[in-house]
Amino acid sequence: MPKLPVDKRIKCFSEVALGYTEDQAVAEANRCLQCKIPRCVEGCPVGIDIPAFIKYIRQGEYNKALEKIREKNSLPAICGRVCPQENQCMGKCVLGLKGDPVNIGGLERFVADHEDKARKRKPENVQPTGKKVAVVGSGPAGLTVAAELAKMGHEVTIFEALHAPGGVLMYGIPEFRLPKKIVNEEVEYVKSLGVKVETNVIVGKVIKLDDLFEQGFDAVFIGSGAGLPRFLGVPGENLVGIYSANEFLIRVNLMKAYRFPEYDTPIKVGEKVIVIGGGNVAMDSARSALRLGGDVTVVYRRTEEYMPARRDEVINAKEEGIKFVFLATPVRFIGDEKGWVKEVECVKMKLGEPDASGRRRPIPIENSEFTLKADTVIVAIGQKPNPLPVRGEDKVKVTSHGTIVANPETGETDMPGVFAAGDIVTGNATVISAMGGGKRAAQAIHRYLMSKA
Amino acid sequence: MAKKFSVLAKETLAPGINRIVVSAPLIAEKAQPGQFVILRVNERGERFPLTLVDWNPNEGTIVLIFQEVGVSTRKLGKLEVGDYIEDIVGPLGNPTDVEKYGEVAVIGGGVGTALIYPWVRALKEAGNRIVTILGARNVGLLLLEDKLRSISDELYISTDDGTKGVKGFTSDVLKSLLEQGRKFDLVMAAGPVPMMRAVAEVTRPYKIKTVVSLNPIMVDGTGMCGGCRVTVGGETKFACVDGPEFDAHQVDFRELMNRLRTYSEEETLARSTVS
Repeated sequence: MPKLPVDKRIKCFSEVALGYTEDQAVAEANRCLQCKIPRCVEGCPVGIDIPAFIKYIRQGEYNKALEKIREKNSLPAICGRVCPQENQCMGKCVLGLKGDPVNIGGLERFVADHEDKARKRKPENVQPTGKKVAVVGSGPAGLTVAAELAKMGHEVTIFEALHAPGGVLMYGIPEFRLPKKIVNEEVEYVKSLGVKVETNVIVGKVIKLDDLFEQGFDAVFIGSGAGLPRFLGVPGENLVGIYSANEFLIRVNLMKAYRFPEYDTPIKVGEKVIVIGGGNVAMDSARSALRLGGDVTVVYRRTEEYMPARRDEVINAKEEGIKFVFLATPVRFIGDEKGWVKEVECVKMKLGEPDASGRRRPIPIENSEFTLKADTVIVAIGQKPNPLPVRGEDKVKVTSHGTIVANPETGETDMPGVFAAGDIVTGNATVISAMGGGKRAAQAIHRYLMSKA
Repeated sequence: MAKKFSVLAKETLAPGINRIVVSAPLIAEKAQPGQFVILRVNERGERFPLTLVDWNPNEGTIVLIFQEVGVSTRKLGKLEVGDYIEDIVGPLGNPTDVEKYGEVAVIGGGVGTALIYPWVRALKEAGNRIVTILGARNVGLLLLEDKLRSISDELYISTDDGTKGVKGFTSDVLKSLLEQGRKFDLVMAAGPVPMMRAVAEVTRPYKIKTVVSLNPIMVDGTGMCGGCRVTVGGETKFACVDGPEFDAHQVDFRELMNRLRTYSEEETLARSTVS
C-alpha cells in the first residue's frame, strides 16, 4: 500500500498509509485464492466472511462488499487500519506460506472508505423489542455492542465520560494512523442505527448502576476499558516534562495540542525525547513527539523481537528516524534546580527464562548504569483497567488487577443484567479483541433480554 | 439530558472575577462540598477544572466563580447570559470530610475564597464553630465577604496592601490567633500555592490537622492521565481522583509549584489570542 513520503509525513499528522486506489484494490483482490475452507476467517476475531467480501471487490460491487463485512463488523474503516492483521486474518492466509498474504486489512479499509456516506444506512425491517440497554463507554467494545443490539431492535444509550465518543480510537491512536474524521464517521454510522450517545456522563461517579436500572434500562454493558496509566515508580518520576503516554496522547489526539495555539491545549516537547516502552502506545507517542519537533529515542527493556507493537508501525517509526535502545530500563530521573527533567538513568538488561507470557524475562545487569539526556519523557509501559463504573458496587466482582470478572463467552458478570467485555475484562489488549468480546456480549445480552420477555 | 450548559446569570464580583449560574441538572443533583467540574468552553477549548461554589438541585443549577487569568477563563468571562458552555463534566473529586470537629479555621486566599464557601456552609451545618479568614491583594479583590460573614462565627480579613483588615497575609492572621492562645481542631485552606504552604507551616508546630485543596494542572479529571499527580507523604497521588483535598503537612508544595509552571510560556501565548 502506498505511504506518504517520510520527509513529508514527519512534519504533519496526516495519515501515513494512503490506501488503495480502485485498480490497486481489484488487483490485490484478484490474488485471493477463494479457499473452500478459508483459514483467514478463523484468524478474524469477529469472523468476517473474508473470501466473500473480496469476491465482491473483484466484481466492483463495493457496497455489497461493505454489507458483507458489516454483517460481522460495524467498524471496518477502523479495523482495516489498526488491527494487527499479521497475527490474525493475514497471519493465516495460505499465500503467506510462500509469499505475501493477501492484504485483507487494506481491502477492508478500501471498501469502508469507498462507501457512499450519503446512502441511507439504517437497516430496514428492524422490529423494536421495547428493551432498553445502557452501554458504559464508547470505545471499540461499547460501539460494537451498541451497534449489534440496535440492529436487533433494542433501544441503546451509550454513556461516555469524555466530551467525545470513541475511547482509545479518539484519544489514544494518533491521526497519522487513524484519522479522527474516520472515527467520527464510524460513530455516526452507529448513531444512524438509532443509538443515542450521552457524553460528559461518568457512570460510577455521577450515575450508579442501580440508577440506570431505575431509569428503566433492562441491561447494562460495561466497556470502560483500560485507561489508567502505569508509572514506573522510580525516583524523580514527577519532575516537570515527564508525561504518562495517556496524558501525552490525550493532549495530542483528543485536544489537538499539535495545533496549539489554534486549539487552546498546550503541549511541551523538548529537544531530546525519551519514550519508555515497546508497545503500540510507545510507538504512537514516539512518532507524535517526533512530529512536534523532538529527537526521539525509545527505550525498551527487552529486544526488538519481543516488542508488542505492530511490525508495520515499528518499521514506520524507524523510517521516520526514531532511535531505539533495547535491553534497558530507567532506574531514576534526574532534574535541574527548577524541577525539570534533564537525564534518565537507565540500567542494562539481559534476557532470562521465559515468563508467564512466554517472553523471556528481562533481568537487570549489576553496575551497568548509564544516562541519557532528556527534556521530555513519555512513560508508555501499559495501562490499567478502569473499574470506575463498578466502584463501590459489591454485586460486580473485580479482580486484584482491577479487571471485572465476566464470562469470556457471554460477558456475564455476577450482577444479573450487567455484562462486560473489552479491556476492562481482559486487561489492555487490541481494538479487535475488544470488538470480538463486545460481539459475544451483545448476543448474550440479546438472549438475556428476550428470555425476560 | 441537556446537551449544552447555558449561562443563566452572570455577575462581576471584582475586576476580572465573575460569578456565573449555569444550567447543569445532573451535576446540581449530585454535587457535594469540595467537588469540582471540568469545563471546555468551546470546540477548540482546553479542559480545565473549577470548584463547585454552590448548587441548587431543585432548579438544576450550579454556581462557578472564576478569575480571568488565562485563555480559558477569559473565554468563559466573555460568555453572556443565554450563551452556552460546550462541555461540563462532574461532579469530580472526593467530597470534603464534613464532621463535627469543634473549632475550625477556614482560610481563603484570592479566588480560593470562592472555594471555601461550600466548606464553611457544610461545616457550620455540621455544628462546628467557624473562624473564617479572607485574604486578597487589595480591598477591591475581596470576595464573598458578606455571604461568609453571615455564616461564620468570626471573620478576619487581610490584604497584601493593607487597604482592608490586617496588612499582610492570611497566614499572618492565623499565626497571631494561635500566638494569642486560640485553639483550632481543624484548619482548612484554599488559594494560591504559596499561601497554602504558608498556612501549613504556621500550623505544623502546633500539630493542628490542616487540609488544603490542591490545584494542579488537570486534563481529563477522571484519573486517566496523571497530569495532576502530586506527592503526598512521599507517595504519588492523582489530585483529581485521590483528592483534591489532602493533609497539608504531607504535601510537596515545591513540586506542585514547579509542575504548575510547566506551560507558563504557552499560557502567555494562548492568553494573547483572546482580547
